[in-house]
Amino acid sequence: MSRFTSTSYGNSPIHRFTHSLIIALWFSLLFFPFKGLEAAGILFVVLFTALFLLNILKRRRVSIKGTITNFKKYFSALKLPESKTRSIALIFLISTVVLTLPLYGHDYLIDIAVLSGIYIILAQGLNVVVGFTGLLNLGFVAFYAIGAYSYALLNTKLGIGFWTSMPLSLAVVTLSGFILAIPALRLRGDYLAIVTLGFGEIVRLVLNNWDSLTKGPNGISGIEPPYLFGMHIGRLSHFYYFILIFVLVAVFIIRRVADSRIGRAWIAIREDEIASSSIGINTTAYKLYSFAFGAFWAGVAGILFAAKMQFVSPESFTFMESVLILCMVILGGIGSIPGVILGAVILVMLPEMLREIQLYRMLALGSGLVMLMIFRPQGLIGGKGQ
Amino acid sequence: MTSMVFLLEVRDLTKHFGGIRAIEEVRFRANEGSITSIIGPNGAGKTTLFNCLTGITSPTKGAISFSDREIAGLKPDSIVKLGLARTFQNIRLFKEMTVIENVMVSQHCRTKSGLLSAMLRSNRFKNEEKAISEKAIEYLELVGLESYAGVLACSLPYGSQKRLEIARVIATEPRLLLLDEPTAGMNPQETGEMMELIKKLQELGKTIILIEHDMKVVMGISENIIVLDHGVKIAEGIPSEIRSNPLVIEAYLGKEHSA
Repeated sequence: MSRFTSTSYGNSPIHRFTHSLIIALWFSLLFFPFKGLEAAGILFVVLFTALFLLNILKRRRVSIKGTITNFKKYFSALKLPESKTRSIALIFLISTVVLTLPLYGHDYLIDIAVLSGIYIILAQGLNVVVGFTGLLNLGFVAFYAIGAYSYALLNTKLGIGFWTSMPLSLAVVTLSGFILAIPALRLRGDYLAIVTLGFGEIVRLVLNNWDSLTKGPNGISGIEPPYLFGMHIGRLSHFYYFILIFVLVAVFIIRRVADSRIGRAWIAIREDEIASSSIGINTTAYKLYSFAFGAFWAGVAGILFAAKMQFVSPESFTFMESVLILCMVILGGIGSIPGVILGAVILVMLPEMLREIQLYRMLALGSGLVMLMIFRPQGLIGGKGQ
Repeated sequence: MTSMVFLLEVRDLTKHFGGIRAIEEVRFRANEGSITSIIGPNGAGKTTLFNCLTGITSPTKGAISFSDREIAGLKPDSIVKLGLARTFQNIRLFKEMTVIENVMVSQHCRTKSGLLSAMLRSNRFKNEEKAISEKAIEYLELVGLESYAGVLACSLPYGSQKRLEIARVIATEPRLLLLDEPTAGMNPQETGEMMELIKKLQELGKTIILIEHDMKVVMGISENIIVLDHGVKIAEGIPSEIRSNPLVIEAYLGKEHSA
């Protein structure tokens, strides 16, 4: 924060004034097409006053800091537990809430939680590619789609069950990860982004137009839910635990791989590709590896999605979906596993919670992301190299 | 008389970038265990020579034999595996990784645990990880950075970053080390420490080739000096020969005008 204040605000009151003015104007301009001039005007006045006051307050940061220290002293006098015990308590609290959710939550909440679980796996997969290896992939949804359709087709056309089609579908997805990686390997940054974007669109268009196989935009219905110990997992609460296991396994494995020779090589490639190859990392192989490993998890998420919905159509795999997954990774903190979990949960939950204000929810979400990038570019739970 | 042991032999190495002749038919040899300096004015092709030797760019023509293997045109990581590694003129550390991670990751080519053992945390994996971190501490001790193991590489001061780069390159277990301006931007004290370090590396049995501008360093530690100018080798010899070579003086100071 202090970095921001020192570089962007300057110290003169005029500077602060214009800065508040620009932010307020920008947001009212965004708002204007939705609610007309009057509402935009009100928003402008409110925002401008608020920002200007905030800026003035910042000037008195020292005194505010003093107050905070006093508070801290007061709290430490209350003998709050040490940070380690506190984090154990936090983990305990979170796991209790997560484990008992179906007991008190209504179906709607569980449904969102299941969706969050699928997106956590997806975002973790993308985090391997974007967060660890530093390869911007804008077509990640393609692998999600390939996973979902592989299971859907194997199940409906050939009648293969969930557990048998899983390894088959995952093989298909991982292979497609390799295939995309081959042309993409020579590219970097924005060029890579365009190629992956194209790949995502190609996959969606193929699914949309290959009527004889995928039934085109009508999608494939009648997909079997997974079964376990001889019984189908049809009930939502069962499915919740089913997904939870997959999420835990995904996080567990990705964490271990990230904290190994392979993960370190990925991060080194992200930091400096030439230096990585000069210390003996085969950058080509490890980029391939990263793409395929990320795609694998997208495939897992896709299979779970198809099994849960029992229906797939190209509509679920648009470019916006890729952007959403990327937002989850960025929001939570690129390269941070707990951060990406948080990002996925927030971006699934938030639009649902904001349903009350229907029209503005995308606006709120968008401006929230803009704010985040300005004030906390490293994401909610930052730290690239974690 | 027994024949000399050459660890590196460069023959007629040429690199053209379009019409620019970055290096032109350069040939030299480096003895096992020696320190060789490559000097020359800016743009003489010194770094391009390093890039060719380490596979970052492939030479237009010529041969590079390293311990009796032809390495011209190989990829950088295969060359490192054979035991030829380098540092960079402008520091290229992994900035967002900690100091120890920088040294751990560069043992990559000397380790081999794969995805499965990382997932299962097999005993072999654990032993390898332990060996990696122990060795990393050793290498950090060599350059005197062991107390900074846990900090981010980007937060180190400049001189320490240069030394970390050396620790990182040593971790690849090279036989031949190419140091690109190891003392650039250092104050006299840091330069002295760096010279000590380079000598220590030689005592450890490493062969060293360095690009250097600081003549005190060049004359102080090198056994053999190669002078490049406009991509061409104009002189080679022991420090005292180079110091009095008229061609070298001309390349650095320009031709004397006849008054």
